[in-house]
Amino acid sequence: MPSSITSDIIKPPAPPRGGGGFGGGGGPDGRGSSRRASMTGLMVLLAATTMAFAAFTSAFVVRRGMSNDWVGLTLPRIVWVNTAVLLVSSLMLELARHALKNGHRTAFNGYWTAGTLLGGLFLLGQGFAWWQLNEAGIFVASNPSSSFFYLLTAAHGLHIVGGLSALAYVDVQALRLRLGPGKRTAVDVSALFWHFVDGIWLYLMVLFLVWG
Amino acid sequence: MSESLAHAHHAPEGFIRKWVFSLDHKVIGIQYYFLALFSVLIGMSLSVLMRFHMVHPDAKVSLFATLWPTAAQGGIMTPELYLSLMTMHGTIMVFFVLTTAPQGGFGNYFLPIQIGAEDMAFPVLNMLSFWTTLVALVVMVSAFFVQGGAPLSGWTGYPPLSGIGALAGPGEGLGQTLWIVSIAIFCGASLMGAINFIATLIDLRCQGMSLMRLPLTCWTWFVTAILGLLGFAVLLAAGVLLILDRSAGTSFFIPGGLLVSDQILSHKGGSPLLWQHLFWFFGHPEVYIAILPGMGVTSQILATFARKAVFGYRAMVYAILSIGFLGFLVWGHHMFMSGMSPYSAMAFSVLTMAIGVPSAIKTFNWIGTLWGGKIHYTTAMMFALGFVSLFITGGLSGIFLGQPALDLYFHDTYFVVGHFHMIMGVAAIFGMFAGTFYWFPKMFGRMMNETLGKIHFYITFVGVYAIFTPMHYLGIAGNPRRYSDFTNFDFLGKLLPVHNFMTQAAYGTAAIQILFFINLFWSMKYGKKAPMNPWNATTLEWTIPSPPPFDNFAGHHPVVNHGPYEYSVPGAPRDFIMQTDPVEVHADS
Repeated sequence: MPSSITSDIIKPPAPPRGGGGFGGGGGPDGRGSSRRASMTGLMVLLAATTMAFAAFTSAFVVRRGMSNDWVGLTLPRIVWVNTAVLLVSSLMLELARHALKNGHRTAFNGYWTAGTLLGGLFLLGQGFAWWQLNEAGIFVASNPSSSFFYLLTAAHGLHIVGGLSALAYVDVQALRLRLGPGKRTAVDVSALFWHFVDGIWLYLMVLFLVWG
Repeated sequence: MSESLAHAHHAPEGFIRKWVFSLDHKVIGIQYYFLALFSVLIGMSLSVLMRFHMVHPDAKVSLFATLWPTAAQGGIMTPELYLSLMTMHGTIMVFFVLTTAPQGGFGNYFLPIQIGAEDMAFPVLNMLSFWTTLVALVVMVSAFFVQGGAPLSGWTGYPPLSGIGALAGPGEGLGQTLWIVSIAIFCGASLMGAINFIATLIDLRCQGMSLMRLPLTCWTWFVTAILGLLGFAVLLAAGVLLILDRSAGTSFFIPGGLLVSDQILSHKGGSPLLWQHLFWFFGHPEVYIAILPGMGVTSQILATFARKAVFGYRAMVYAILSIGFLGFLVWGHHMFMSGMSPYSAMAFSVLTMAIGVPSAIKTFNWIGTLWGGKIHYTTAMMFALGFVSLFITGGLSGIFLGQPALDLYFHDTYFVVGHFHMIMGVAAIFGMFAGTFYWFPKMFGRMMNETLGKIHFYITFVGVYAIFTPMHYLGIAGNPRRYSDFTNFDFLGKLLPVHNFMTQAAYGTAAIQILFFINLFWSMKYGKKAPMNPWNATTLEWTIPSPPPFDNFAGHHPVVNHGPYEYSVPGAPRDFIMQTDPVEVHADS
């Protein structure tokens, strides 16, 4: 039994296809996924994640709009730092991908490792934000605004953990010099997922600032 | 071809890798199928217990006392126990039967084969999806065995009842917590499955398998996966909110000042309606998740056994797509009673009526497919015809319920119970029976017994009409649903004989299902050996041995030259052209 789902994605890229385009063109590939299927799978996953956050948003808007017990939450200062850290980590991943495209493996390793570590730092920072709120006596059930803050940061944090695992996996492979052409799909898929989670965070910040 | 053959894989050795933690979509499909069979046995037993209780509410049954020492003290079922049976019947049937068997079972087994792929796009994800579903089932069933027993809130889990804990009644403690946790786990499993189905269909089609050459089964599995993807993501979010309300003291769904069992709750400001919106945004597409694969199987079988092309293939595809799309716009018709503005109700009502259009197109095209065909009355065909019948019957009562003015009266009566059992329950189950008889030869390499199959069909067909048609009458007469006992109400007294009749019909229909199980398991071992293409059908699964080899096409990559339903083409050498037949066959016509 393979030890992780990533063994699906980490496959040699499919040979070039005859018909090209949107499936149906045919062409041989091994059992399981091709690079294209991995990308499709990622897009579908992002659609599902978007739906879940859309549902949370609609709950947020309805709950806030209809109640008279909503007390606005002052965001802990640290989340601004966290936001910056997350943005820089996305930037690092892009620099890494750029380096890899030009064949600079060492640069790739450096940038990718930096991006991964910054991702971990973001998570720590979010934990610190929770701790600050706790110190201030604001708990999950204190007010709907704090309920939503904890809920949404936790849901987002779970996606960060998933993304971090993928980044760390690629990083370990890269540092052990196992980043052959077959692993490029893993690089692209995990980086795209990370940017998406980054985007979700920016969206949540807007939600907290405008509606929170 | 030698290069392709180099990709051929060998089946893993050893029982565990081959049959338990298998990555093979065919084994996973069979695992899902048996999970659904196990679940349907539980669900059906619960319904028989409920029907028994409705006509004998005061009966002392020592078995009940043994099974539920507190909830059925002295052998008499309490109303709460009845509600918990109802909740578990609905939940198990909807999630673990109607959602798993048509999609996880048949879809997993046949989608990759019908599009000419070796497997799903992500085999490990596929395996995880099955095992996660199994964990969800175990958690769900375990709710029976905890203190207080199973929850009371119905399969829709409306708060406040589902959100305030043990205070609300037996089963609302740990039982309800297990219920919502199981649902959340199930959502995760369904999302994994949906990702796999969508990526597989988009990217793994073989050469020549254009979208308009896909068998309609593949179209329905595809659209079902999209519905599952969008719906289960929302249900998961709603489930998380409910779990927080139950265990973290938040107030998403629980309003303030609620007095329950002489205690004022500390929650404040939440909205029970918010749950209803989120739930039904999933819940209505869920109806189509259950029924769409049945529609696909029916189209496939009607064409095969009428020896005719599906009438209006493109129209069928567009109807499937528009049913999927409209399915997300009508959730409000489950909430006409919630005090929504009449303008919203009007909008939801009009959109609901709009779904009648693609549904009617499908029905019309099924009849058009049969028209003038050389019909072979196999058991699979009988069940497909039964599906069409039930779909029409159940659909017609839907038109009544889609009118807000009528729904206000019907909503809490047996009319609704009759409606959704006809269209979502029994029609979908007939789709599964049809699929079982049609594909069994491919899945197990043997034929099922046709005589047993026909007896099973006729009794089941008459039986389900006998159970569910009177429910519409009861509903019109004002018989409320969810009551455990009708004997104490004067106005319901005259309806008791109807209940008695339905209960007898339910006993008979449930009993005859034993015949199906005998046929299924007997045929697996002793059925007549199945040839490669016993039905002279056209799609790709019939081009490979029964049962198929480990990687479906033994390392070869099929090339598709024909549409999925080329039956009785004039000038062709035989009355069907398989999708992989060379192009020239078609040139004559």
